[in-house]
Amino acid sequence: MNLINAILVGLKEIWANKFRSLLTMLGIILGVSSLVAMSALVKGMENGMKAALIAIGGLEKVRVEDQDIPIWQQHMADQAVGTTMNDVHSLLHSAPLITMVVPEMRTRNVTMTRGSKSISPWNFIGTWPNAVELNQHVVEHGRIFNEVDDENARNVCVIGTAIRDALFGSPEQVGRDIIPVGEFININQQRFKIIGMFEHYESEQDKKARELMKDKPPEVRTGPERAKGYGSKGGSKGSMSGGFVYDLKNNTVYIPLNTMWLRFRAATVSASSSSGNYSRGSSGTSSGSGSGSTSEFLPDPRLSTLSIKVANIDQMDEALQQAKNVLMHSHKGIEDFSFRTQENWSEDIGTAIRNYRMSGGIIAAISLLVGGIGIMNIMLASITERVREIGIRKAIGATFFDVFTQILVESVVIAIIGGVSGLFTSTMLVELLIKLSPTGNTPVITMESMVLAFGFSVAVGVLAGLFPAFKAAKLNPIQALRYE
Amino acid sequence: MALIELRGVSKIYHLGGEEIRALDNVDLDINGGEFISIIGPSGSGKSTLMHILGCLDSPTKGSFKLDGTEIATASARELARIRNQKIGFVFQFFNLLPKLNVLQNVELPMVYAGCGARERRERAMDALRLVEMDNRAKHRPMQLSGGQQQRAAIARALVNSPKIVFADEPTGNLDSHTGETILKLFHELSRQGRTIMLVTHDPEIAAVTPRKIEIRDGKIAKNVDAKLSGQHDGPKFAVGAQVQETA
Repeated sequence: MNLINAILVGLKEIWANKFRSLLTMLGIILGVSSLVAMSALVKGMENGMKAALIAIGGLEKVRVEDQDIPIWQQHMADQAVGTTMNDVHSLLHSAPLITMVVPEMRTRNVTMTRGSKSISPWNFIGTWPNAVELNQHVVEHGRIFNEVDDENARNVCVIGTAIRDALFGSPEQVGRDIIPVGEFININQQRFKIIGMFEHYESEQDKKARELMKDKPPEVRTGPERAKGYGSKGGSKGSMSGGFVYDLKNNTVYIPLNTMWLRFRAATVSASSSSGNYSRGSSGTSSGSGSGSTSEFLPDPRLSTLSIKVANIDQMDEALQQAKNVLMHSHKGIEDFSFRTQENWSEDIGTAIRNYRMSGGIIAAISLLVGGIGIMNIMLASITERVREIGIRKAIGATFFDVFTQILVESVVIAIIGGVSGLFTSTMLVELLIKLSPTGNTPVITMESMVLAFGFSVAVGVLAGLFPAFKAAKLNPIQALRYE
Repeated sequence: MALIELRGVSKIYHLGGEEIRALDNVDLDINGGEFISIIGPSGSGKSTLMHILGCLDSPTKGSFKLDGTEIATASARELARIRNQKIGFVFQFFNLLPKLNVLQNVELPMVYAGCGARERRERAMDALRLVEMDNRAKHRPMQLSGGQQQRAAIARALVNSPKIVFADEPTGNLDSHTGETILKLFHELSRQGRTIMLVTHDPEIAAVTPRKIEIRDGKIAKNVDAKLSGQHDGPKFAVGAQVQETA
């Protein structure tokens, strides 16, 4: 008996027991669809997390941060100058594996005011225009400041939408998108012109939630208006999907580097020399005593951070070594800096995804296994029912192999039909998941997961069929013929 | 050379430490074209003999040659092939597969023989014509009477042109009139030169055949060939005196 015949006989047998076969397949269908849907969900999560990682600058972005001087170099502490524009120029000239260098000066305790409204931005940064590219900002309205603005230390700023929301009103409150380009605001009592605004950054989840809110009619409030206590109702969630990254980005103000240096460093140094230098944070060993006298005349030239972009992610190690060599030179051999990459975060994402995939995969695999046990169970019942048939087949010349193949093919055919329908069901299941949780990361069905699930279901069918097929093929024809 | 040669064949079972000799040192020769009945009460060993002759079972001891091939030492796979090619079975309970129609049932031995679809169909229809069942080819076994089912089963047994056809109580499940027509059919087939062996406990049926082999306690008690002794001159469907004596 050839294989096509065996498959036809198997199909006939399955068709003869439609309802029973359907129930048996259901186990495989559910197993396959849950495996595919689980993998699609995890893929969606992975995409969301990776989007957040990219939003903060991607893996290529490396920050050069200040670090305490190592103990064996403490005697040179008064020679440490910190990170300055010197380093920026050195890196640009001498480190070809670094494609972009962005100096940043930050100031805290900044208050921006417009009329009676005020806000303290989380990121108030003096920088170069290329920071927009490095940090994946998009200037949606107006323009970013240019070299002329920087050269002349003009009082211009580019703001994020969170700043606009606080000073001018958010689209949700006002009902329209206010574009404050050309308006004037005060930053620490200095008049600044808004020349540009970034686009509104949000995760895919928040975007979908917002669009959903828009379609819904406003909630009917009952009773007198009152505050309902604290809580995060309506607020964005900073979960693994990295919602905080987007909040941080929206709460950003960029001004030209020189403006920052001259308007804020100069002003703050005289105003707060007693409280130390905030730009250095905890690493005050070098700045504390050494720079005290000069800093009253010249603004502090040190940069808060230096962001660099590595040309090729595969050459991260080489590029960092190159940058380190250059910086060691310009720092007179004093290692008062360190590198911070996004590799850890990326690894965290990888680990989290692996864990999700593992636990979900195990659960789905168990359900597939249960489906396989269902197949084996039904095949055993079916051969018990057909002992006589098997006896007849053997009496008229069926070999061990013929009977074995017949039962095995039946089991595999059930698994294959179940697997194919499972793949169809899985797309519907994923549609359903999207409907049920419209604000979640969109699940993405991957080809690999479908192939894997289908392959697994076929394997389960083969495994489940082996024992019943062996049992049937081993039947003694004489006893099988006598069986009632 | 005889079609079947049994030499010192024994089949021994062990039941709870007790040795049961279902067949005890049987010698038997059967020539091609013979019409034989094996009779004996239940438990006599006639079924065991038929199982061994039908290659469903292997003897414990002795030599069994079918068509010149030694069977006693054949593997299960070879036995399956021999059953398929050289042996046809007709059973008391017809044993047609209920899910297949008559034509498919008759085609089944050829499926295992590996014949092509067209050849299967042609030969199956020929076999059905022989038993006058060609007009019922598309019926399911359940839609047929007992006699019709047995005819279909005979067609299935004949379809691979076997060397010998075994019929195990072929009329046991039929009324006497239908049983008689089935026996007539066997007689007709015998006249066409086929080797047929009826296994029965009923001497009336055994009276139809020229040669009668009686089994008792695993041994051949009587081996009467009417043709040789000149007592048999055609089919008898009535009880003969000589047969009664043996029962």
